[in-house]
Amino acid sequence: MNALAIGLDRTLVELKMYSREKEAVFFGFLFPVLMLALFSMIFGDGFTEGNAAEDGVTAARFFLPGMAAAGVMLTSFQTMAMSVATERDDGTLKRLRATPMPPMSYFLGKVGLVVVTSLAQFALLLLVARLAFGVELPTDPGRWLTFAWVFVLGVAGGTVLGIAYSSMASSARAIGALVIAPTLVLQFISGVYFAFADLPDWLKQVASVFPLKWIAQGMRSVFFPEQWQRAEMAGSWEHGRTALVLVAWLVLGLLLCARTFRWTKRGTT
Amino acid sequence: MTAISIRGLVKTYGATRAVDGLDLDIETGEVFALLGPNGAGKSTTVEILEGFRDRDAGEVSVLGADPARADRLWRNRIGIVLQSSSGLDLLTPREILTSTAKTYAAPRAVDDVVAAVGLEEKADSRIAGLSGGQRRRLDVGLGIIGRPELVFLDEPTTGFDPQARRDFWGLIRGLAAEGTTILLTTHYLDEAEQLADRVGVIAAGRLLALDTPANLGGRASEEATVTWLDEASGRHTEKTSTPTELVTRLAEQYHGEVPELVVSRPTLEDTYLRLIAPHVGQGSEPIAEEVPA
Repeated sequence: MNALAIGLDRTLVELKMYSREKEAVFFGFLFPVLMLALFSMIFGDGFTEGNAAEDGVTAARFFLPGMAAAGVMLTSFQTMAMSVATERDDGTLKRLRATPMPPMSYFLGKVGLVVVTSLAQFALLLLVARLAFGVELPTDPGRWLTFAWVFVLGVAGGTVLGIAYSSMASSARAIGALVIAPTLVLQFISGVYFAFADLPDWLKQVASVFPLKWIAQGMRSVFFPEQWQRAEMAGSWEHGRTALVLVAWLVLGLLLCARTFRWTKRGTT
Repeated sequence: MTAISIRGLVKTYGATRAVDGLDLDIETGEVFALLGPNGAGKSTTVEILEGFRDRDAGEVSVLGADPARADRLWRNRIGIVLQSSSGLDLLTPREILTSTAKTYAAPRAVDDVVAAVGLEEKADSRIAGLSGGQRRRLDVGLGIIGRPELVFLDEPTTGFDPQARRDFWGLIRGLAAEGTTILLTTHYLDEAEQLADRVGVIAAGRLLALDTPANLGGRASEEATVTWLDEASGRHTEKTSTPTELVTRLAEQYHGEVPELVVSRPTLEDTYLRLIAPHVGQGSEPIAEEVPA
């Protein structure tokens, strides 16, 4: 079989394992949906009058872009960093390396897993937002085009950065803390849980270095009313800069992967 | 035909020479057992042959290729039985065997391998629920699914009960009968004696002895030990190169049965322990890299 066919087979194996891991399904897959439901119920009353109400922004619509952005990061970066570190630690990578499987097939399998899970997660998120909370979804194809490239760049970058980040951990046990703490901080400072505009300026500058802020901003441009872009840092959606930052992180992630990826644990070559 | 050829192999970790100028040839179709205490350099040597570790000096050829520059075609001809890992817990034996088979050019049929390793009843159960012995048999199944010409077996029966070990030996003999070259490392001397055509003993990264199990370390020509119990004078022990003559003489003396007669030759284990004795306790502490994961 060629690398592509084996990669497809790897995707199916990865999906089987993912779906059988209850913790992953609950914390990674359902987390954004649960948070959206929770926030919509808790903060629902704050959106019944004023600007938000006039522009038709309910609590669910307000939090939807942030949850979509968080979902992209969880299913790509977090899943990858944790699973690759675990597989390196428990010998799964070494086992794969012992077969004639082309290395590319392993990565294709991971990409396949992330694409399927993140698309399914996003579909569920939209479904809940629309059916349970009555959020008006955009009908303009231009907005969905924006969604498509933000989503693809976000997921691709998260995947390669997650694989590269997995090498930071000396063991599978260490990777949990190494991943959860930074991603949680990043979610708080990138406008996932709070309005980004409410953050102090210096924190906005810090967040702007990382991709999550740009993914969240891109998602806001998909789901928020057009005039809300005045509340952004630059007073606009900044699509050009968003694409630039996300591509830069993707390239950096690829370079780091190529330089740091190991099939065996540290101290074994 | 030589399956594996090693010349002047050296691997150092810091100041420790884990492998210190090793020379060894393993013939095609041979079952070869590599013995040695922990830290002797066994695992390091095997991992270099498998293409998992770099070497510092020496020439290595495995199936005609340098494992340090191994490619897919070479991997297609090799089977590696790795230590069990928890990474497969969520799959079933059939699922992982099927997926692994797809990476090889001419794999064995999954059902054949499942039967060969005796996992028919567990083929569709989660691997998490398999016993240690069943997992190890799955590891072997994964190692042979690609129809390899050469199989590496690293301490294959550690943790097996006696019956499971016998079954496992049968499986290995079957592979050997098909002409598969097998390189085995083990701590069990009876295992080496049962399975191997030749054994090599290494300590401190060097080859100490190399022979058939029966002849290792001059074992075949060593003196036999004869012991018996005399009612008047107690237990007697005599070392002799002519045990038959001694036993005949004793039989005449006791008019038939000699009380509690035992005639023994040094076991492979005795010979092995004598060979490695000078190397144990000095500079052969287990090195970090050989601690099982």
